[in-house]
Amino acid sequence: MAAPARTASDAPALRASGLSRRFGARVALRDVGFAVSPGELVAVIGPNGAGKTTLLSILAGIQSPDAGAVERPSGGVGWVPQQPALYSKLSVAENLRLFARLERVADPEAAVERMLAQADLADRARDEVGRLSGGNRQRVNIAIGLLADPAVLLLDEPSTALDPRQRERLWDFVGGLTGRGTGIVYSTHIVQEAERYADRVLVLADGELIFTGTPRELEAESGASGVDFEAAFVRFLHERGH
Amino acid sequence: MRWLLLKDLQILRRSPLLVGLLVVYPVAIAVLIGVALSRSPEKPKVAFVNQVPPAASTFKLGGQEIDASKYAERLFESVEPVRVGTREQAIEKVRDGEALGALIVPPDITEKLGTGLQSAEVEVIYNNEDPVKGRYVEQIINSRLADANAALADKLREIAVQDIHLLLDGGELSLFGRTYDILGLRRTERILQDALRTLPADSPERERLRQVERFASLAVANLNLATDVVGTVSQPVRVKRTPLQGKRTPLDSFAVAIAVTVSLMFVTVLLASGMLALEREEHAFSRLVRGLVSRMGLLAEKVGLAALCAWVVALAMTCGIGLFVSLDWSRFGLWLVALAFAAAGFGALGVAIGGLAREVRAASLLAFLLSLPIAFLALVPSGAVSGGVYDVVRVVSALFPFKPALDAMDSALNDTGQSLLGPLAHLTALTAAFMVVARLALRRFG
Repeated sequence: MAAPARTASDAPALRASGLSRRFGARVALRDVGFAVSPGELVAVIGPNGAGKTTLLSILAGIQSPDAGAVERPSGGVGWVPQQPALYSKLSVAENLRLFARLERVADPEAAVERMLAQADLADRARDEVGRLSGGNRQRVNIAIGLLADPAVLLLDEPSTALDPRQRERLWDFVGGLTGRGTGIVYSTHIVQEAERYADRVLVLADGELIFTGTPRELEAESGASGVDFEAAFVRFLHERGH
Repeated sequence: MRWLLLKDLQILRRSPLLVGLLVVYPVAIAVLIGVALSRSPEKPKVAFVNQVPPAASTFKLGGQEIDASKYAERLFESVEPVRVGTREQAIEKVRDGEALGALIVPPDITEKLGTGLQSAEVEVIYNNEDPVKGRYVEQIINSRLADANAALADKLREIAVQDIHLLLDGGELSLFGRTYDILGLRRTERILQDALRTLPADSPERERLRQVERFASLAVANLNLATDVVGTVSQPVRVKRTPLQGKRTPLDSFAVAIAVTVSLMFVTVLLASGMLALEREEHAFSRLVRGLVSRMGLLAEKVGLAALCAWVVALAMTCGIGLFVSLDWSRFGLWLVALAFAAAGFGALGVAIGGLAREVRAASLLAFLLSLPIAFLALVPSGAVSGGVYDVVRVVSALFPFKPALDAMDSALNDTGQSLLGPLAHLTALTAAFMVVARLALRRFG
């Protein structure tokens, strides 16, 4: 049973404005603002320690910003942490069922069946999560984030620790979600994934949002020609002193 | 919260090693304590040389025959005698380690006792190779010899009192195979008084008879006191036992309270800390507290889970011990209440530990490292350390749930004469305090 596709509209599914966050003397985020449209796939890229996870945590409501605000959609925001947040002693179906109940989904069993089919895990439903491969665990992790059928899904470095084939399957799965109108925001340190899959990239460096635009626009902004996207991205950061 | 509780029970069900330990641990402890408390301690072996000829094991004192072997049996209530024929053989047994000590009874012991004038002597040889056992044997032999001495002294006192009564009231006395009729001082006094009445007032015999009659009266009065004096001499110091603070717990029952409290502490603290740390280890914590469950709700669920499991385990353990040791089953309702409050206190301590640790292993290690000294401190008796140190020990013990939990279990299991309400109120306050500590510690979870 597939969830009905959302109607694309110009109204943002998620909007963040003026987000700032400090950890003691260190500034993790400084005045970050952007919006996500329904069905849009937005990549957040930047060097290590740029504030990507902090930004996603604030968007997910796990952390509170010191300043700024997040307008979340009425359908809620799905959250997929970097590490699979699953109980390894429970089966795939039991994990889904538990979180469906905790999310107070109207029909938990139907939601479990839907996500098993969507994540292509129906044949592994009774397997303990601890016995699954990293790729399958990540699919269960994402499926849990989608149980409540959120308007926006936040993924923190979803492809980390996956092999190339598993990554391909993951992005096929995520692509299917945007096709149904779910807005996706994901962080990644694999910049090729941003080039290949994202509609728009946000570049964070030292807590500041220093670029918003398409991958092609980022390449053009870097002024590099005849180099790959990763080299253009590195050059872009160097030019801005990062 | 019930879904989380069911989830945790499901995880526990799928952790056979952990559940096995939770079941085996209290059963093993219950059986060990039960067997230990229901069996007497193993008797140490002592080489025993009795050089008294069998025919001479009895002696006569004050016309009564006393069997010395009856008093020797008292010694064997606490030691296992290894009977040998000579002193050299006894020493050999001690040297070889077959016996921890030797007791040598010389041939003239009954003869000396029979005189009623000489002290008899026995020889005791110790093996101090193991100082603890050596000390134990020394104390046992000394204690039992003191018992035998006291029993003999009682017998001698009894004979002395009989002789005094014979002197006072008269009767038959057997001596050297002949029986003599003893007049007795009271009868002598009466005869003298009768004689004085029949004598003429101016009889010269009257004054001499009056002197003898006064002597008889004085002797009767003083010998009446002599029976009490003899009793006092045989036991100059008596012990009057007055327990302070009104506790009347037998040692066995207190040992049961300690065993149950220690088990309850370990099961609850380990479960609560481990299950909370597991949420972090499985990375589920951030997902849960995104509005699915409050942090305080999560803590309450972990405390409830650990307390419930430990409550069942500790109750089973108490009932198991009850098969070996006499417990007051009419207080069963109080056991349930005390166990519940104690489990809640330990559960709150457990989540505070689980909040500080990020992994299950770290939480378990921290739980052990913290629980053991808390239990030991709570068992330090007053007088074992200096007054200042004991005050510190009391304060530290009051800050953790073990001491009030032990007091609650002791009051519930035994009629200690102390109210259960005090320890329960203490446990309630500690539960609340450790929940606050745990909530603050959860900030580290992110």
